[in-house]
Amino acid sequence: MREKTSKVLGGSLQKDKGGARFLAVLALVAIAVPVLNQLVPASSAAHLSPYGITLIGKYLCYGMLALSVDLIWGYCGILSLGHAAFFSLGGYAMGMYLMRQIGPRGVYGDPILPDFMVFLNYKSLPWFWHGFNHFSFAVIMMILVPALLAGVFGWFAFRSRVTGVYFSIITQALTYALMLAFFRNDMGFGGNNGFTDFKDILGFDLHSDKTRVVLLVITAAMLAVSYIAFRAIVDSRAGRVMRAIRDAESRTRFIGYPVESFKLWIFVFSGIIAGLAGALYVPQIGIINPSEFAPINSIEAVIWVAVGGRGTLYGAIAGAVLVNYAKTYLTGAFPEIWLFVLGAMFVLVTLFLPRGIIGLVTARTKDR
Amino acid sequence: MSVRDKRLYLEDLTVSFDGFKALNKLSLYVDPGEMLCIIGPNGAGKTTMMDVITGKTKPDSGTAWFGDGINLLQLSEPAIVAAGIARKFQKPTVFEQLTVFENLELALAGSRSFLKTLRARITPAQHQRIDEVLDIIGLSDHRTSLGRILAHGQKQWLEIGMLLMQNPELLLVDEPVAGMTPHEIERTAELLRSLAGEHSVVVVEHDMAFVRSIAKRVTVLHEGSVIAEGDMDKVQNDSRVREVYLGV
Repeated sequence: MREKTSKVLGGSLQKDKGGARFLAVLALVAIAVPVLNQLVPASSAAHLSPYGITLIGKYLCYGMLALSVDLIWGYCGILSLGHAAFFSLGGYAMGMYLMRQIGPRGVYGDPILPDFMVFLNYKSLPWFWHGFNHFSFAVIMMILVPALLAGVFGWFAFRSRVTGVYFSIITQALTYALMLAFFRNDMGFGGNNGFTDFKDILGFDLHSDKTRVVLLVITAAMLAVSYIAFRAIVDSRAGRVMRAIRDAESRTRFIGYPVESFKLWIFVFSGIIAGLAGALYVPQIGIINPSEFAPINSIEAVIWVAVGGRGTLYGAIAGAVLVNYAKTYLTGAFPEIWLFVLGAMFVLVTLFLPRGIIGLVTARTKDR
Repeated sequence: MSVRDKRLYLEDLTVSFDGFKALNKLSLYVDPGEMLCIIGPNGAGKTTMMDVITGKTKPDSGTAWFGDGINLLQLSEPAIVAAGIARKFQKPTVFEQLTVFENLELALAGSRSFLKTLRARITPAQHQRIDEVLDIIGLSDHRTSLGRILAHGQKQWLEIGMLLMQNPELLLVDEPVAGMTPHEIERTAELLRSLAGEHSVVVVEHDMAFVRSIAKRVTVLHEGSVIAEGDMDKVQNDSRVREVYLGV
């Protein structure tokens, strides 16, 4: 009896070979980057430039965003086309902390007000900027604000049984509305310029290679933790309920599961991880502005997941890294064709690779 | 005859959709442990009646009582399930991407909340219950098969198995043998007969031979009301039933 139980239930954990490989690669990156940047001399060809670190850090943040999209889309069948909103809000929360850290070192030298506020004739700090000079408060906000948005928005949407393409459209509208709002100067978030010219984080210089390396290692660790947490969720009975909702929603409701509540929890978890990804992105990239809310960003995240292979978690991360690597290369070498390539990729994957690149790999090894 | 002696008691239920009366002062009852078959031509209101009992549709008027004074019209869909009513749909819908075992696991009686299911583990007793049900529905050899590879009949049995996992007092079964082979029909009849007694079973079905093989009591619906009731022979000889079915 016991054996049967462990065979059926524990099987999925042991079966997560893709996940084990992904975590190994991630560990390798977290070791190789510091070594190649700090220990290999700058004159050597193997030296990793600050540009390279930033690039890898960016891919990892995008991987985390893709992970959050896959949790709700791949496992629960909810296609959110507004996940960049959570990513950006997390980023803005981090940005507010970094702006407060600049202090009197800004162009206008105001000890309290960030440059853009002085420029826009603010007399005092808006109420919602208070507390952001404390890192711990900012971290709470990075988690709380995306969670709150996902919670409130999801509560209304799921309670009204908004599903499928209608849900996708209103999430797209949500991120577009936020973009327009953040573009306004009187919102108090720096208008179309957003936040930039960051100096340091927790006292460490953001322009030093050491800080960049540490940020990258932290990002890799956060990505690993998110992966393991999400894997635990999808392998639990709750995860099986999510897949049941994806495949036959009304049936799941009829055997008594509060489908709306499941969707809401998953949407909130997903929003939190997307927000943390944004928060890790901002200090590494050095800028956050309203264009991060652009609808195309959310759509791109969905394409990463589709290309990598939805419903596997690690496939989403692989997709994010591959597509963004292609983007980095193509927008440099042939900038005019990138959007065509992106569109073609989405069409081809949808038509010929419903399980993405990971599906292509696992089909051969006859893995489930 | 008081309401309390009945498992299910529907009285004067009326449901209209844009003026069309899907149910018209429908009244019927089900005894504990009884097997009741409901027949009727298309549009007679059979599915609407199921929808009202399970809380999917709210009636314009009438009452629906379950067991010991539970007013079904005041409960939400999940609360009705928790009260002990399980429904099998016409089209077999099992969870295609989950194994037979996992399908039954999700149907286990127990907490349905997200946080509870996040930490839920199968207890030995629950495992035993799943094995029992696998045995009853004859799918013990398919426990690790994915739902989508099952044959049509096997899906129907799995779905009935999922209803059994919740130990329901009342089973609503919508056209269980549609599209089944004669052999599968026979096994389904056997399965449903074995369930009556322990559970009240309401079967909606078109297949007369099948209804005859399982039902002691048959209720005929037409245009949202009951037009005849009794054993199969009585019902088949009823003049109104013949009129409705055969136009004689």
